[in-house]
Amino acid sequence: MSRETPLIAWPSHDGSRVPFDVFTRADVFAREQEAIFRGPVWNYVALEAELPQPGDFKTSFVGDTPIVVSRAEDGSLHAFVNRCAHRGATVQRQPSGNTRQHRCVYHQWCYNARGELTGVPYRRNVGGMGGYAVDFDVKDHGLTKLRVTSHKGVIFATFHPGTPDLEAYLDEPLLAAIDRLFSRPVRVLGHMRQRVRGNWKLYAENTRDPYHAALLHGFHATFGTYRTNQKRTGGSDRARAHTTGSTYGDDWRTAHQSGDVGQDKVVENYSLADPSLMEGRPDFNDGVTVQITSIFPCLVVQQIMNTLATRHIRPKAADDFELYWTYFGYVDDDEQMTAARLKQANLVGPAGLISMEDSEAIELIQRAIVRDGQENAFLEFGGLNADLDKDRQGEASVRAFWRYYARMMELSSTGVDA
Amino acid sequence: MNDAASQAYRAIQALEYRYARLLDDDRLEEWPDLFVERGIYKVIPRENCQRQPQLAILFCDSRAMMMDRVRSLREANVYNLHYPRHVVSNIEILSATDGVFEVAACYTVYQTDLEGQTRLFSVGQYRDVITDDGGTLRFREKIAICDTFNIPNLLAIPL
Repeated sequence: MSRETPLIAWPSHDGSRVPFDVFTRADVFAREQEAIFRGPVWNYVALEAELPQPGDFKTSFVGDTPIVVSRAEDGSLHAFVNRCAHRGATVQRQPSGNTRQHRCVYHQWCYNARGELTGVPYRRNVGGMGGYAVDFDVKDHGLTKLRVTSHKGVIFATFHPGTPDLEAYLDEPLLAAIDRLFSRPVRVLGHMRQRVRGNWKLYAENTRDPYHAALLHGFHATFGTYRTNQKRTGGSDRARAHTTGSTYGDDWRTAHQSGDVGQDKVVENYSLADPSLMEGRPDFNDGVTVQITSIFPCLVVQQIMNTLATRHIRPKAADDFELYWTYFGYVDDDEQMTAARLKQANLVGPAGLISMEDSEAIELIQRAIVRDGQENAFLEFGGLNADLDKDRQGEASVRAFWRYYARMMELSSTGVDA
Repeated sequence: MNDAASQAYRAIQALEYRYARLLDDDRLEEWPDLFVERGIYKVIPRENCQRQPQLAILFCDSRAMMMDRVRSLREANVYNLHYPRHVVSNIEILSATDGVFEVAACYTVYQTDLEGQTRLFSVGQYRDVITDDGGTLRFREKIAICDTFNIPNLLAIPL
C-alpha cells in the first residue's frame, strides 16, 4: 500500500541525512506505531525465564501498546492486548505473576491465559433485566491476540499476519549472536529501568554506532573494555535491519595495562582502588569482551564482560521512551559468578559507569532539535561505500537502519545522494 | 525516650543530615568517609526487592570502591548537569544492639538544572546499619531502595 503524500521529505537514499522532524513530530510517531511496531516485524516482549510456569504472565509493550505475555496450562506462549474487549479498561494491573484468569475489575469480564473470554457476569439476565442476547458468543469477544514465537527462550510478538518466520526475519548472524548468549538456560537476576526524554530511534542509532563508544564513554577507553582500534567483527541480515558487533579485547582484568588508546577519551593514571569490580571470568572462549546486537525495531542484546542483558526500547511519545533492562546470568552459575555479575552491574544500566552517558547524549539531542526540523543529522563516518559486514568502526550500521526505516515508513527520497 | 536513646537518635540524625549535605555541596570525595572501610552502599530498584539476590543498579562494598565511583564521576563520566538536593526524613531506629543501629528513613531527591528548573528525581527509603567506628558513627550499610525505580534519565550522584 503506497501513501499519496509522504509524511516528510526524505533527503537521501543512502541514509546519510536524517531530518530532525523524525524525532519530534507526533504524526511521525503515530505512523511508526502502525507501519513499524504493528508492521511486519518481530517485537521483543519478554524472556521465557520470566514466565517459566503455566499461568505465569508478564505485562509488556509492543510499541506503545500495552500487552500481556502469558504461558497457558499446556506450556504454550501467548500475547494479547491488555485492554478489555468490553469497555477498554486495563485488564491485568500487575507487572507479573501467576493466575488462572485475567479479570477486568470494571465489570468482571474474565479471560484465560490465551486471552479468550471465559465468562461475563449476568450473561443471561438478572431478575429479568440486563444480560446479553441469546446469540452473544464469548468467542467473539476475546482480547486482541498477537502472534508469538520464541527462539532459545527469547520471546517475540507481532500484530502483522505477513511477518515472516523469526529465523528468516533475523537471519544468520543475528541468530548466531542470540544462540551464543542463550545456549544455556538463563536465570533473570532483575530489572533496571530508565525513562529518557528523547526519541526511541536515537537509542536505536546509539546501539548501532561504534564511533561514539570510546569517545563518549571515558570508563570504557580508560580500562580497555572497549577501544576504537580494537579488533571488531560483526554482521547484518540481508535486509540490513539488524546488526551485531563483537569487540575482541584483551583479558579485561589486565586490559587497562596495555593497548593503544589512540584518540579515545582516557583518564590518565586512573587505576581502580578496588579492582574487584573487574573480577569474574570469561563466559565464552572466543575472546569477545563486548557484543552488542541490535534487532529492529526495539531490542538490544548485550554482553559486556560478564554483564548479560536484554534492553527493550519502549516508545511512549515522540520525545519519550523507557529503556527496560532484563539482567541475567545462567542457571548453572556458581556463587562466585553470580557475585561477579551483580558487581559488574555497576557498569551498565541507568547508573552504569560505561552506559550512563547514552541517555544524556540522547537528551542533549532532543533538547536542541526543537526547531529546524528540516535540517539533518550528518552520517558519513567510515565512508558511504563502507562494506556493512566489514566496517565495524563507522556509521554504516546507522545508515542501514535509516534506509530500512525509510522503506517501512514509505518516505520518498526527494534529494540526491550525498 | 531516655537520655541515652535520645542522644543516640540525635547522633544518627546528624549522620544522615551530613550524608545529605556532603552530596548536595558536591563534596563527593568526603562521602565514602561516612562509611566503615568495608562498608556497603547499594541502590536497589523497589521492583527487584521481591527476588533473591536483589539486583542493585549501584553497588559498592568498600570505601575504596566508593572512591573509584567518585573518581569516575569526576573524570570519566558525562552526566546531566544539575544541583541535587537530598531531603532525609522519618528517621527511625528499628533496633539497637551492642552499639549497632538498624535505621530506616525516607529520602527525597530533587534535581535542579542550570536554568533553575527543579524536578522530583527520586523518592524512596534508606535501610541503614550504623555503628560506632573508633568514636565516630559510620554506615556499615546503606541501602537506598527506590520507589522511583524508573530512573529519570540516569543516576550519577549517589542517592
